[in-house]
Amino acid sequence: MERTDKREPLLIALTALSGVMVLVALYLALLGAPDANLQSETGRYAQRIIYFHIATAWVGFLAFFVTFVAGIGFLRTQNRAWDIVALSSAEIGTVFMLGVLVSGSIWARPAWGVWWVWDERLTISLIQFLIYVGYLMLRSSVEDPSRRARFAAVYGVVAFISVPINFIAIRMWRTQHPLMFGTEEGGLGPNMMFAFFFSLITFTVWYVTLMWHRIRLERLRDDLEALKQELVG
Amino acid sequence: MSYLRKILAIVWKDIVAELRTKEMFSAMFVFSILVIVIFNFAFDLRVSGERVRAVAPGALWVAFAFSGILGLNRAFVMEKDRGCLEGLLLAPVDHTAIYFGKMLSTILFMLIVEAFMLPVFTAFFGVNLFDLRLLLIVVLGTVGFAAVGTILSAMTAQTRAREVLLPILLLPVAAPVLIAAVKATAGVLDGLTMAEIARWLQLLVAFAVIFPAAAFMTFDFVVKE
Repeated sequence: MERTDKREPLLIALTALSGVMVLVALYLALLGAPDANLQSETGRYAQRIIYFHIATAWVGFLAFFVTFVAGIGFLRTQNRAWDIVALSSAEIGTVFMLGVLVSGSIWARPAWGVWWVWDERLTISLIQFLIYVGYLMLRSSVEDPSRRARFAAVYGVVAFISVPINFIAIRMWRTQHPLMFGTEEGGLGPNMMFAFFFSLITFTVWYVTLMWHRIRLERLRDDLEALKQELVG
Repeated sequence: MSYLRKILAIVWKDIVAELRTKEMFSAMFVFSILVIVIFNFAFDLRVSGERVRAVAPGALWVAFAFSGILGLNRAFVMEKDRGCLEGLLLAPVDHTAIYFGKMLSTILFMLIVEAFMLPVFTAFFGVNLFDLRLLLIVVLGTVGFAAVGTILSAMTAQTRAREVLLPILLLPVAAPVLIAAVKATAGVLDGLTMAEIARWLQLLVAFAVIFPAAAFMTFDFVVKE
């Protein structure tokens, strides 16, 4: 319990920092970045979602990589700390992956005229999201904590290996058909690049902050559980 | 007893159990036929129409995958229910031998069901499925599917949700197998050359090699207490 207290101010500072960064990124994305070279006004507005959309996708996949690494760490050491990292990252990743799907759909509607196409990136994002959901369902379906951690780690590893193979397969599957729509970025200008990378960094900081909060929460839960056991005897 | 003999002993045990009960084969076979029937209703398939050619590879692999999931579920739930899993684990064999034994028996059961399904499918839809290349695709796809399915089934059999959970964990991971198998099957039906479907076969081979290796490394964590 004491161990979290010492770093509390740092966590508060980080939380505040990511809050400010998200606001700045929001300003850059909505107002700061120049208009895209697009004909329709709706298109120009819609294009601005890209700054958050890609940053969200980046965190979504990064979080799964962290879950994979933490899974290997757990299998090697059987240390609960790794399991907490894997769980936290998977939960955050699920939310971000959902964000990718939703923001992508919002953008696709004005840009392509449809909410969804079975394009390679959309499909892999959806599969990634479903893998996350499966991971969390697996966790909630195992009661014994050590078994839960082992199963989750194994699934995290197996599923992570499948992601690149999935990507290759979906890419090959799609190239069989003519590409329905062009790629979205016709090259970002220098000012757009700044907003883009700023969003990327912001979301990464945000991810770290959320991870910290989530890991802290899980540790507090463990401590509470230990205290309960002590009281009951 | 060599490692291979141990694996074969587990496969033999499963074959004997299946010969005596026949519950797995009948369930898988009947279910595959039902999937085809449902597909027929859903897409209003007419014999030898263009539509059949477009839908047939997908329908075939959905039938294989779904009946495969039935078989995979039974593979470990059966052991668990009868308290045999503990016995298997107590046997003086490396745990990975259990994985490979279970994987091989699942592959065997799936292949037998598929061998029965191909003529049925040919009759129902009027597409000729007797092709050596197709046989290769079916074997490779089944191996890949069962390889990853076996380790996931070993896990889900020990969870609360059990049978419900396996397809949810398995299908996103096994999606490349289904994509490649469906595409390769479609290629054969469309009369493409071997070279044109080679990349799909490569993908199937890669999957069938990578996942047994990954399962080999992690299976111990799934069964140990």
